Amino acid sequence: MYRVKKDRLTELFTSVSKVQDLFLPLRKCDQTNYGLWTPEETFDLDTLKTVKSAKDCFFPQSEVLYRCRKEDGKISIDPQQLCDRPFVVFGMRACDVKAVEVLDRVFLSDPVDSFYKARREHGTIVSMACHEPEETCFCRNFEIDPAAPGADVETWLTEDSLYWKPLTEKGEALTAAAEEFLEKTEDGDKTVEEEQTAIRGIVEKLPLSHLDLSRFKQENTMELFDSPLWEEMYKPCLACGTCTFVCPTCQCYDIRDFDAGKNGVQRYRCWDSCMYSDFTMMAHGNMRTSQMQRFRQRFMHKLVYYPANNDGLYSCVGCGRCVSKCPASLNIVKVIKKLGGEA
Amino acid sequence: MCNCTDTLIPQIGVITDIRTETPDVKTFRVVGRDGKKLFEHMPGQCAMVSVPGVGEAMFSITSSPTNTEFQEFSIKRCGSLTDYLHDMTVGEEITVRGPYGNAFPVETALKGQNLLFIAGGIGLAPLRSVINYVRDKRENYGTVDILYGSRSMDDLVQLKEIQEEWMNTPGVNVHLTIDREQEGWEGHVGFVPAYLKELEFSTDKTVLVCGPPIMIKFTLAGLIEMGFDKTQVYTTLELRMKCGVGKCGRCNIGSKYVCKDGPVFRCDEIDELPPEY
Repeated sequence: MYRVKKDRLTELFTSVSKVQDLFLPLRKCDQTNYGLWTPEETFDLDTLKTVKSAKDCFFPQSEVLYRCRKEDGKISIDPQQLCDRPFVVFGMRACDVKAVEVLDRVFLSDPVDSFYKARREHGTIVSMACHEPEETCFCRNFEIDPAAPGADVETWLTEDSLYWKPLTEKGEALTAAAEEFLEKTEDGDKTVEEEQTAIRGIVEKLPLSHLDLSRFKQENTMELFDSPLWEEMYKPCLACGTCTFVCPTCQCYDIRDFDAGKNGVQRYRCWDSCMYSDFTMMAHGNMRTSQMQRFRQRFMHKLVYYPANNDGLYSCVGCGRCVSKCPASLNIVKVIKKLGGEA
Repeated sequence: MCNCTDTLIPQIGVITDIRTETPDVKTFRVVGRDGKKLFEHMPGQCAMVSVPGVGEAMFSITSSPTNTEFQEFSIKRCGSLTDYLHDMTVGEEITVRGPYGNAFPVETALKGQNLLFIAGGIGLAPLRSVINYVRDKRENYGTVDILYGSRSMDDLVQLKEIQEEWMNTPGVNVHLTIDREQEGWEGHVGFVPAYLKELEFSTDKTVLVCGPPIMIKFTLAGLIEMGFDKTQVYTTLELRMKCGVGKCGRCNIGSKYVCKDGPVFRCDEIDELPPEY
């Protein structure tokens, strides 16, 4: 266990950012979101949840895949350079860390997505415990422990110090690089244990910490799919897609072209949403013509289809962003409760 | 120097032949710049064809893998990319990536079987790959019946090949039909599912069906009525696709991704999926 005094964090970040890109929760325009930190930026380690998750660091909202040019009728393809620069994402909460595992199973399964893989290989994740979990948090249902957030290095922030514990080789390497700011501590374990006990105590008492997920199993697929409750639940949905964009595990994407004129055509991918009406539209029709069907798809995917393909791992980490951001007050918790038979 | 060879990065293909099949279907022959086949595939597999700046879409590969020279795509004009492709000329370049998806089980479940192919309209495209594969490896399969229907005689895709080659292959019976009476047509008139019943096939066949969803639906009902089991029937599903490798999420039905786990499904497998196709 190591410790760095809180007032030396800026120095630590400055030192790290000289050799690697450092992504931190940044305070900008009254919001906190992950961004590339430079000493001119204001970092914010107090806000529990960034508006968007740290998903962008590994699966950016938009990225160019390759550029095409056509000269004298000949097409040339220039693939985008893969990430080849090490970077650190600092401050990810346990839910967002778990979400990376959910994304890994999609992008690192055969055939591997090289763009994602390169970022995963070059990125070091420093997680941070959630000292003040909020009422919208429900990570406990997915066996996530916000008191031990995992990743390459896990950290705990107390009033005057940041406690730092490397867990992987990458974590050890970062620890070695930041050595001059980190002091070994004897009593650190005890302090962290106390913090952990306090956090776990809060989590147990959170209003959404004890959901019943037992009915969300592959063998119940058709029964859940055919439930009349979808028809009741979906109605307020505006199809805005906010839930999918703030979701740390949503990974659907679109591939589109940007015609940059003389600079050729950029073929890029960008986040997309199953909540949108044209998501499944084809020349011969659309298999999901109503918002009810699209609403159902999103939650069936997270709670039934994805787990069926991934050893029972849910594609929800209980971060609660959809709970707080949906303009129509719809969210996965309501779905779990209603379909799970609770309310 | 670039360090990326992702499956999303396409190859460059050259169009070496364009045949006008019907008023809205053309068949494009494609090879690499070196004049050779872009890749090896199996019957039923698909590939992403694209014109940079216009779009990219999944098409079934209609040529047989036994063809060692090129790949072919039969493409119906029905959107911005297909409109553009239809206006292209021989010698022009496109991009192709693939092959994607599974294939008809030509080397396993279909081997040694009597085969019945049922196609409607452009639905012949994926089946043509299997039909020509079976014709080229004739000794591996039993009897072959092909029931193919379209709106009119002008809408029958690959008519020349059907008449000149398929109809002259020993052990292959071709049954053509068009939806409505038409001057100059002396063959059968009527929808595919109705003609299927008239033909009274024996149920010792493995059936491969491809066509518009409505045709598949009634054809399948007809087959069941005739005594076929769903485990004897294969079809392909078609959904919107972007990545082709089960990651972009578009073609997800239940726990399956049609681009990766399909497009070929046995009909009893489809019954286990939520009905969103």
